[in-house]
Amino acid sequence: MMNPVERAKQDWYPIGIVSDPRRPKRYATRVLGKDIVLETKEEGSLSVSCGDESWEITEAYDHIWTSPSQNPKPLFSIPEENERDRRFVPCGVVHVRCSPLRAVENFLDIAHFPFVHTDVLGSEPHTEVAPYKVNIDETKDEVIATKVKFFQPQAAKSANEGIVTEYIYRVPAPMTAILYKTCPNRDDVLDIISLFVQPIDEDNCAVWPWMALYDDESSMADMVEFQQLIFLQDRNILENQIPKRLPIDPKMEIPTRADLTSVAYRRWLKKSGALYGALIQPAEQSAE
Amino acid sequence: MEFTLYDYALSGNCYKVRLFASILGVNYEKISVEFHPAAEHKSETMLQISPAGTLPILTVGEMVLSETQAMLFWMAKTYDRSGAWWPNNYDPMAQAMVLQWLGFSGDLTATIGQARLNSLFQTPIDRAKVVKCSVTALRRLEAHLTEQSFEQKKFITGVFPTIADLACFPYVALSGDVGTDPGLEHDSYPAIRNWIYEIKSLPGFIPMPGIFEMHQLKDHEADPTIRQVPEG
Ligand SMILES: N[C@@H](CCC(=O)N[C@@H](CS)C(=O)NCC(=O)O)C(=O)O
Ligand SMILES: [Fe+2]
Repeated sequence: MMNPVERAKQDWYPIGIVSDPRRPKRYATRVLGKDIVLETKEEGSLSVSCGDESWEITEAYDHIWTSPSQNPKPLFSIPEENERDRRFVPCGVVHVRCSPLRAVENFLDIAHFPFVHTDVLGSEPHTEVAPYKVNIDETKDEVIATKVKFFQPQAAKSANEGIVTEYIYRVPAPMTAILYKTCPNRDDVLDIISLFVQPIDEDNCAVWPWMALYDDESSMADMVEFQQLIFLQDRNILENQIPKRLPIDPKMEIPTRADLTSVAYRRWLKKSGALYGALIQPAEQSAE
Repeated sequence: MEFTLYDYALSGNCYKVRLFASILGVNYEKISVEFHPAAEHKSETMLQISPAGTLPILTVGEMVLSETQAMLFWMAKTYDRSGAWWPNNYDPMAQAMVLQWLGFSGDLTATIGQARLNSLFQTPIDRAKVVKCSVTALRRLEAHLTEQSFEQKKFITGVFPTIADLACFPYVALSGDVGTDPGLEHDSYPAIRNWIYEIKSLPGFIPMPGIFEMHQLKDHEADPTIRQVPEG
């Protein structure tokens, strides 16, 4: 099997928002443990360099993506980006001291809602996750979890009352998770929230949430704030998880919660060798 | 609605006003401003409201305030009937002490506040230096609160809380957001821990991201020996 770093180099990673008024002309950041510079030229064109190497660059979903590979895997698709009535909301970046895989796994795990996002995305005693299905879509090579139903006091900024929300999760790349959820004010469409994760290194990541919502009421600031509030709650949990990397060997697990998607995600990572940020040999990482 | 607050949910400075309003039971209009990533507080529209280019902004009629210390003072003078939040006993020394620690709250924004923005959003700062100054500020407050406790005073300037406590509280409570650098953890500051507990016990207390209500305290905060989050 390919080594984890080589495997990770084949993917695209977010490093900025296309229209960011604050990004310096030469913006230094890190990806997969490498120092890189995103340069914005006078005429607006962008380039990424790592020492004297130049990295691939593309723009999608309001973000700037880069890849160290000359021949990266194609960037995943979100066909709903063409629905022009949606509001597209880049939510900025939040740095977290945890493995990039941890950030994705937490996003997939609905069982934490009542405890971490109390009275917003979940509440006690409605802690039960109804049985649902997880599949691996072999053609697209994605993890898909469908029909996850959950009671939410405030499913989105636009929700005026508690509703039973239905979720569909997609993991189209090891460090990207997309969810489709009930839109509080329409039954014919689903809202989209995704987490684009920039692997700073195996123990640190930067998370770029992005949303594509049907919401005519809320201001941009309100929608961004809602998402940032939720993500900051996650950050608190993520930074206290031990170990920092995501344990992949199923024998290491003590399954305490209904966590099907997370299990499928870990299996899929293992099968595809996407182990950058994973904890494979437990003896080597000591607790802090 | 008594006043308008231009607010950002993750800001410790904005939280000072939200917290005091909740304690006083005052209704106000809240307008969210996208501090990150859009930097809306630096936009033409917002600079016209407040040229300071910072959040929060409190407006009422013609008055526009951009300093939280002034906001807390105005709120205390306008809505606090107890006269305790701004010592109203014509004792210049008591008032001077409140002003002294309000000034210190500005140091906390410049140290822990800046270090936290760097941890969250990677804003460019000299991190090592700012973290060092953050620890110095925490030690200074710890020493002061320890002395206060010898005289049975639970708060910064006496037996009752004042606006100085509210001004200092957010960034002290949020120091864990900055990181695990030595000297930022509340575990090392028993007097600060007791003080945080007292503030969280005040009627009307509300949380913000990173500052939990008493009953929400995570296991690792209630008991620092527990740091493991269940896996799986
Ligand atoms: N002196 C002000 C400072 C407020 C402040 O620093 N606000 C931060 C957000 S918490 C801000 O808007 N910073 C933007 C900047 O300094 O450019 C106060 O006490 O309210
Ligand atoms: Fe969460």
